[in-house]
Amino acid sequence: MSAVRVLVGTRKGAFILTSDGRRKQWEVSGPHFAGWEIYHVKGSPADPDRLYASQSSGWSGQVIQRSDDGGSTWAPVGNKFAYQGTPGTHQWYDGTPHPWEFARVWHLEPSLDDPDTVYAGVEDAGLFRSADGGQSWQELPKLRGHESGPSWQPGAGGMCLHTILLDPVQHGRMFAAISAAGAFRSDDAGQTWRPINQGLQSEGIPDPDAEVGHCVHRLAMHPSRPDVLFMQKHWDVMRSDNGGESWREISGNLPTDFGFPIDVHAHEPDTIYVVPITSDAEHFPPEGKLRVYRSRTGGDDWEPLTAGLPQQNCYVNVLRDAMAVDSLDSCGVYFGTTGGQVYASANSGDSWEPIVRDLPAVLSVEVQTLS
Amino acid sequence: MIRVVLPAHLRALAHINGEVHLDIADLVTQRSVLDALEARYPMLRGTIRAHDGGPRRAFIRFFACEQDLSHSPPDDPLPAAVAAGAEPYLIVGAMAGG
Repeated sequence: MSAVRVLVGTRKGAFILTSDGRRKQWEVSGPHFAGWEIYHVKGSPADPDRLYASQSSGWSGQVIQRSDDGGSTWAPVGNKFAYQGTPGTHQWYDGTPHPWEFARVWHLEPSLDDPDTVYAGVEDAGLFRSADGGQSWQELPKLRGHESGPSWQPGAGGMCLHTILLDPVQHGRMFAAISAAGAFRSDDAGQTWRPINQGLQSEGIPDPDAEVGHCVHRLAMHPSRPDVLFMQKHWDVMRSDNGGESWREISGNLPTDFGFPIDVHAHEPDTIYVVPITSDAEHFPPEGKLRVYRSRTGGDDWEPLTAGLPQQNCYVNVLRDAMAVDSLDSCGVYFGTTGGQVYASANSGDSWEPIVRDLPAVLSVEVQTLS
Repeated sequence: MIRVVLPAHLRALAHINGEVHLDIADLVTQRSVLDALEARYPMLRGTIRAHDGGPRRAFIRFFACEQDLSHSPPDDPLPAAVAAGAEPYLIVGAMAGG
């Protein structure tokens, strides 16, 4: 009998929700690491019992937790994230040089085939890798060391490396995205990097089509077709059909193309999901109606999904890492809100129900499909 | 025996109930106490001060005998009452956050 495990990171701890494949009854465990911010929890594709969690606080900094039993027990592993060499500077909000300073881990991406290998995207933007189950971390310095690095500026949430995508087909290819530098690609397992932002237009920067400086909020791909990438940018929903070499806008008939998460259906590579947010100044759904928008055509044509979602007086946000899908036959879609609800759909988004309510603000949602 | 009191979130991280008791053969200083604490509980490395004995984290404070020692040199001797185990060395999360 298949089962689903939903890993939820919140402002005040982690929660794990489990259900059988029917996804009707949910058991909630937590809070794990109560009181700490849990930016991200993710399981290894190679060993679903191996989980990694990013735990942090303003008082005591960064901790990485690891579970080897699917989240029943946890143990801290290494938390030393030292930039390689002399860190140098990037641009501060006022345009002055600012030393690179580690703040926290935003995103953990376990290797596709080795449970002990995991990547960490951090603020200030850098990419780290552990090959020993999180005990020690080494920077892949050529990303931060790209010649454009000194010109990168933080977004309002900090200069975070928030997206790491590992190409399951082309070995060694990986993608990363940074607010507000843009998207980057490596074809040699992270040894070298180049910006892949051609076609992006950002009105909030001096040169709207500059090579870097774009506030990319999230990237997504379908594992069967990794050359096709989808992007939710600060404004604009974008698509690339050539591994990021060029992008075109697919916002189409969305009510607003501002938002944070974007994800792809588990079995339909051209079915994608976004949650439109009113604007960069108003981080809540238009008209107080929480609507997921689905495109079954890979963009441009979008339909609102509202069944089971609040359609009045709803002013939550859905953050960039807070949407995920399961891979059951009828694809499940999940997202968490800053109001502490986690909504799930067991039918590709046609209808929704909250599977837990009143958690602390949700920072991240990941899903494991268990056999 | 040196008595150390940690804030609740660090006790939870290190699975500590109550005070930590440390035996320190050398001069009892803030550095020697923190070195001994981190040696026994490696998961606390980086959470009180920077790794490798670096500076105190901004929102962590050190108190003892009704004194704020947060800005005292780390190699200064701690008060005799702390060295004798009569008073605890307090590691405190600053009143900040939400």
